[in-house]
Amino acid sequence: MTTISENSKNLDMALSNDRARVLKSLVLSDTLFSFATRAAAYAVLLLLAGIIISLIVGAWPAMKAFGFEFLVTERWAPQLEPEPVLGALAPIYGTLVSSFIAMLIAVPFGLGIAIFLTELCPHSIRRPIRLAIELLAGIPSIIYGMWGFFVLGPFLANYIEPSIVAAVVNIPVLNSIFSGEMVSNLSLFNASLILAIMILPFITAIAVDVFSTVPPVLKEAAYGIGCTTWEVVNNVVLPFTRVGVVGGVMLALGRALGETMAVTFIIGNSFKITGSIFAPSTTISAAIASEFAESEGLHQSALILLGLLLFVLTFIVLATARFMLMRLEKRAGA
Amino acid sequence: MKFSTLIAAGFALAASVSVAFAEDISGAGATFPYPIYSKWADAYKKVSGVGLNYQSIGSGAGRKQIQAKTVTFGATDIPQKEEYLNTNGFVQFPMVMGGIVAIVNLEGVAGGDLVLDGDTLAKIYLGKVKTWDDAAIATLNPKSKLPSLPIIVIRRSDGSGTTFNFTTYLSAVSADFKKSVGAGEAVEWPVGIGAAGNAGVAANVMQTKGSIGYVEYAYATQNGLAWTDMVNSAGKRVKPNLSSFKAAAAKGDWANAKNFYLILANSPGEASWPMMATTFILMYAQPSDPAASSAALKYFDWAYSNGAKMAEDLDYVPMPDSVIAQVRSAWKGIAK
Repeated sequence: MTTISENSKNLDMALSNDRARVLKSLVLSDTLFSFATRAAAYAVLLLLAGIIISLIVGAWPAMKAFGFEFLVTERWAPQLEPEPVLGALAPIYGTLVSSFIAMLIAVPFGLGIAIFLTELCPHSIRRPIRLAIELLAGIPSIIYGMWGFFVLGPFLANYIEPSIVAAVVNIPVLNSIFSGEMVSNLSLFNASLILAIMILPFITAIAVDVFSTVPPVLKEAAYGIGCTTWEVVNNVVLPFTRVGVVGGVMLALGRALGETMAVTFIIGNSFKITGSIFAPSTTISAAIASEFAESEGLHQSALILLGLLLFVLTFIVLATARFMLMRLEKRAGA
Repeated sequence: MKFSTLIAAGFALAASVSVAFAEDISGAGATFPYPIYSKWADAYKKVSGVGLNYQSIGSGAGRKQIQAKTVTFGATDIPQKEEYLNTNGFVQFPMVMGGIVAIVNLEGVAGGDLVLDGDTLAKIYLGKVKTWDDAAIATLNPKSKLPSLPIIVIRRSDGSGTTFNFTTYLSAVSADFKKSVGAGEAVEWPVGIGAAGNAGVAANVMQTKGSIGYVEYAYATQNGLAWTDMVNSAGKRVKPNLSSFKAAAAKGDWANAKNFYLILANSPGEASWPMMATTFILMYAQPSDPAASSAALKYFDWAYSNGAKMAEDLDYVPMPDSVIAQVRSAWKGIAK
């Protein structure tokens, strides 16, 4: 008897020893894991700081030479002797306006598609449409650029834009926004339209995902008290999901602001602010892409400064988005 | 296949590639001479076994590469001044020349149907001549029926040797252009749409009705674009072709051009084409790898002796014999 009880005691001790060992090794692996993830996270911060610092170092000569004037100067004259005159106003204008028009087109379309897919679409065609939209997101930007250059641009310039120009030619403000003076394949509007197509999948995909998080019971209750589809979408689905929708829209805006290759192909790369959206323009990223390789000295530094400005611009957009989301969440919580 | 086998195969591939490149001549720079450099290189490889690894990344980028000593020679369409050459310890010599033409897209207008003079071309690129039926163009082309279409000006968006040579010409013939725009690789264009590269300008003109652009002659012929004749400095109408390019090239005073610094814009002579470009090579006078440097020189030497026909086939103008002799004597300044 004693031997048995002693044995079981020994066994117990052995077991608890074992458990301690196992637990210890678990603690070790957990610490290692947490250390590795932390290192990865800090590495990103370090990388970000490194990029900002090298941008500032590269942009310093231009900052010193142009100062605040850089932001309000429209001229871009790298060839001037003895000192070039360079200003960021035209690319900033082009970046903001092209992104704004793109959002103006893509947001209603993207949300409309998402609502159709989640609320109205017959099951049989839901998958093919979603797949097609996801494929749009997978098309490389250079392909959009080529398609815009060879197909969309000539089509718009030859068939669509002349009739818009003719329709508004006598309406005061519109006739300068849609001025026919420079209608060509490459323009601010054509670039914006390509941008809209490029960011559409982002808006749609995120909206579809967040729309499907709406508890069916909420929608069913609304339908049950006699709401129309529009009322359900407007009063149940959108209020329930607005945080996610705004997030998706901001992500798309971030992409539109920084898009380079497709825009460089079709915006016309002209450092002029004309007020007409059918005129060629340029964006920050298009200016950098087309001029950086052949630039030197102050010109190159000014291009780096443009890059820094784009960085700041995108940061402001994302920060505003965060801020708006926070306020929305607070209001929703109250 | 096992993973380890794959890795081994990868290493083997990398090793064989680096062996193959080890004896190649490395260069980087201008895109304009790239077609002829690679054609010469193909032929040269057959006779010598030595290949050429040329990155056509643009004149400015080529100058940066040679300054960073990552390549044996740099190629630039813009002749460099003495100060730059001396600071970096470079030797500069011209390799080949070519013509720049204005190309237009107008219905029923074929190559050589229209003629422009420098002043009108400058006014178009200043935005002062806005339509095709403008008096300035109409007086030069009394027989052509010109549409009242707006002129859509196409120019380069990237810094470019072609732009440098084109704007140098326009500045030479128009005081107005010189004052408000000036000559440079990238200039502040008052009007127009920017396209990347010679190919981009050619594609844009092809796409856009009523447009005008400027490209190296080869791009106009290869794309079947309508070029314009030009009125040269002697007041004669000339067509862009090898003989008018050669006539312009022959007027270049290379003998007195120190470090071959010479821009062939608005050349005198009744048969001379007014818009020319010369592409140059930059090499170190004291190369860090003399073997690679002399291998490159051997390739250039071979190209001068045997490459003229190939250059002409691609619409380039080979350097005159007198200039080649001058270049060969300048090579004595490169340490072997």
